[in-house]
Amino acid sequence: MTQPVRIAQLSCGPEYSGIQHEIDEAAREVGGEIFFPDVALKDIRRDFAKFGLDVKSPDLKLAIARAMALVEGRVEADAVFIATCFRCAEAAIVRNELRRYINEHSRLPVVSYSFTERTTSGTLLTRMEALTTIAKRRALLARETQKGLTLGLDSGSATTKAVVMRDNKIIGTGWQPTTEVLKSANEVIAHALAEAGVSRDEIQAVGTTGYGRFLVGKEINADLIQEELTVNSKGAVYLANRQHGPATVIDIGGMDNKAISVMDGIPGVFTMGGICAGASGRFLEMTAKRLGVEITELGPLSMKGFGGRVPMNSYCIVFGTQSLVNALAAGSTREDVAAAACHSVAEQVYEQQLQEVDIKEPVIMVGGTSLIEGLVFAMGELLQTKIVVPPYSQYIGAVGSALLASGFIKDD
Amino acid sequence: MVKVFIYPATSLILSDMVARFGHTPLSSATAIRERIQTAGLESPPLQITPEEPKKGLKWAAVEVPAGVRGRMSLYGPMIEACEAAIIINDADLAFGCMGCARTNELIKFLVHQKDIPRLELNYPKNEEDGVKFVAAIKRFLTGLGGAK
Repeated sequence: MTQPVRIAQLSCGPEYSGIQHEIDEAAREVGGEIFFPDVALKDIRRDFAKFGLDVKSPDLKLAIARAMALVEGRVEADAVFIATCFRCAEAAIVRNELRRYINEHSRLPVVSYSFTERTTSGTLLTRMEALTTIAKRRALLARETQKGLTLGLDSGSATTKAVVMRDNKIIGTGWQPTTEVLKSANEVIAHALAEAGVSRDEIQAVGTTGYGRFLVGKEINADLIQEELTVNSKGAVYLANRQHGPATVIDIGGMDNKAISVMDGIPGVFTMGGICAGASGRFLEMTAKRLGVEITELGPLSMKGFGGRVPMNSYCIVFGTQSLVNALAAGSTREDVAAAACHSVAEQVYEQQLQEVDIKEPVIMVGGTSLIEGLVFAMGELLQTKIVVPPYSQYIGAVGSALLASGFIKDD
Repeated sequence: MVKVFIYPATSLILSDMVARFGHTPLSSATAIRERIQTAGLESPPLQITPEEPKKGLKWAAVEVPAGVRGRMSLYGPMIEACEAAIIINDADLAFGCMGCARTNELIKFLVHQKDIPRLELNYPKNEEDGVKFVAAIKRFLTGLGGAK
C-alpha cells in the first residue's frame, strides 16, 4: 500500500464553517492525508512576531507559525493547503502572504482557497488532486519530450479535444463541443486517429484530463488519468518551448479559470475557479451569440473596437449581459461591445485570480479562449506584458496528456 | 445562581472560578493545550455542520464569513441567556482564546449591548496584577448574589 501524500493544512475557520470533513474527504479521495503541523503555544508567540504581520485572529497567528515550521523544516509535508473564510479581509491578506512565503522559501506545492459553508469535497477535488500529483509524480512531470505513439484526450466542460502524437509531433487532432461526454470523446478520438492515419490498436499509451477524465479514462482504458492543472501546465510550457525556468499559465475555460505559477514545468502555486460565469469563456460565447457572430469571429471583431467606450461589468453573467444589451440599445458598435466584453472577462480574471499567484514572465495563455485575440490583447494590457499563445493552444490538455502518457509506454 | 458568560469562552480557569462561587458558567468546553495539533486553537469538540453558519445568521448577516457565523451559532444563544458577564481582554493564549478576531469583536459588542452586571479586565502581566485580578473576579462573583 502506498503512503498517502501528507498535505499540511494552514487555515482559519473551516471547522466552525462545518466543512473540515469536506477538506479531509477531498484529500482522501485522491490519495492524500490532511494533517495539522504540530506547533507549541510558545512557537506561535515567537514565529508570529518574527513573521511581522500583525494580525489579530489567533487562528491566523497559528497558521503563520505553522507555515514557518514547514519552511524551516521543523515539520515535514509533501504539499500545503491554505484555506480561510471567504469575505474575511484579514484572512485574505494572511492567505496571500503565506502562499507567497512558502512558494519563495520552499519547494512545497501550495494551493489556497477561500471557502463558505457551501464548499464541498467535489469543489476541492481537482485542487487536491493537483497537489497530490505534484507530490507523487514529479518524475513524470519532468518529462520534456513525447515518445512513441500516444493519444491525449481533454474532456472539458465546454469542448472535448483529442490529439495523437508521434515522436514529439502532433499528427492528428479532433475537437467538438461537449454534449454526451462519452459520445463526444469517441468522436474526437475517431477524428484525431483518422487525421493521423493510425488505428486505435497502434496507440501505445493514452492519457485523459478535464472534467470527464474519470468517466472517459475508464471507458477507453487510459494509462494516465490526471487533473487539468498539472496537465495543462505541462502542455503549455511544452508547446511554448519554455520548459525551463518560471512561467505563468492562464487558462480561461468554459466553466472555470486556472492561473498557475510554474517552475520548470511543474506548478508551484495555482488557483482555480471564478466568481461567476461572467469571468469565463461562457460570457464570450454569449456575447458572440448576441452580436450574431461565431465565437471564432469575436476576436477579430473586438480588435477593431475600443472597449473603453462601453461600460461593462461581467462580475456576474446576468449583469454583464444587461450591460451588453444596454450598450447595443444605446447605439454602441458591435466592435466596441466585443472589445468591452473581452476586457471585462480579462479584468475579472485579473482581479479575482491573478492576485493569488505570482505573475512571472513568460505569461502563456492556453485553452480555446486563447484564440480570441481581443481577450489576449486585453490580458496583455492589464498585465503590461506580451502574452505568449503557443500553437495548438486550444488542445493544451490533450497535448499535455499525450506527452505525459508517453511515460507509460512499456518499453520506456 | 446567575448565568455568567465568560470571555474568552474557552478559559477553563475562568469557568472554574464562576462555578466555585456558585454560579453557572456559560462557556465552551474546549481547553487550550500546550501543543496544537488540531485545525484551530479552539477546535470545537462537537460536530459543527454547514447548518451552524446558517443558524448564525441570527447574529451576523450573510456577507459575514462562515467561520464567524458558525461560532455565533454557539455563542449567540449563550449571550442571549446570560445574566452577567466577565470579559478578559488581551488574554494570554494559554489562559483561553478564541480563534477569530472578528467573532471576538461581535461577541464583546453584543455583551456590551445587554443591561447586565459586567466585569471587564485586562489580563494581568505580573504577579501583583494577578492577585488583584483574582480578587476583582471574586468580588464581582460574590456581589452577584443568588449563589447556590
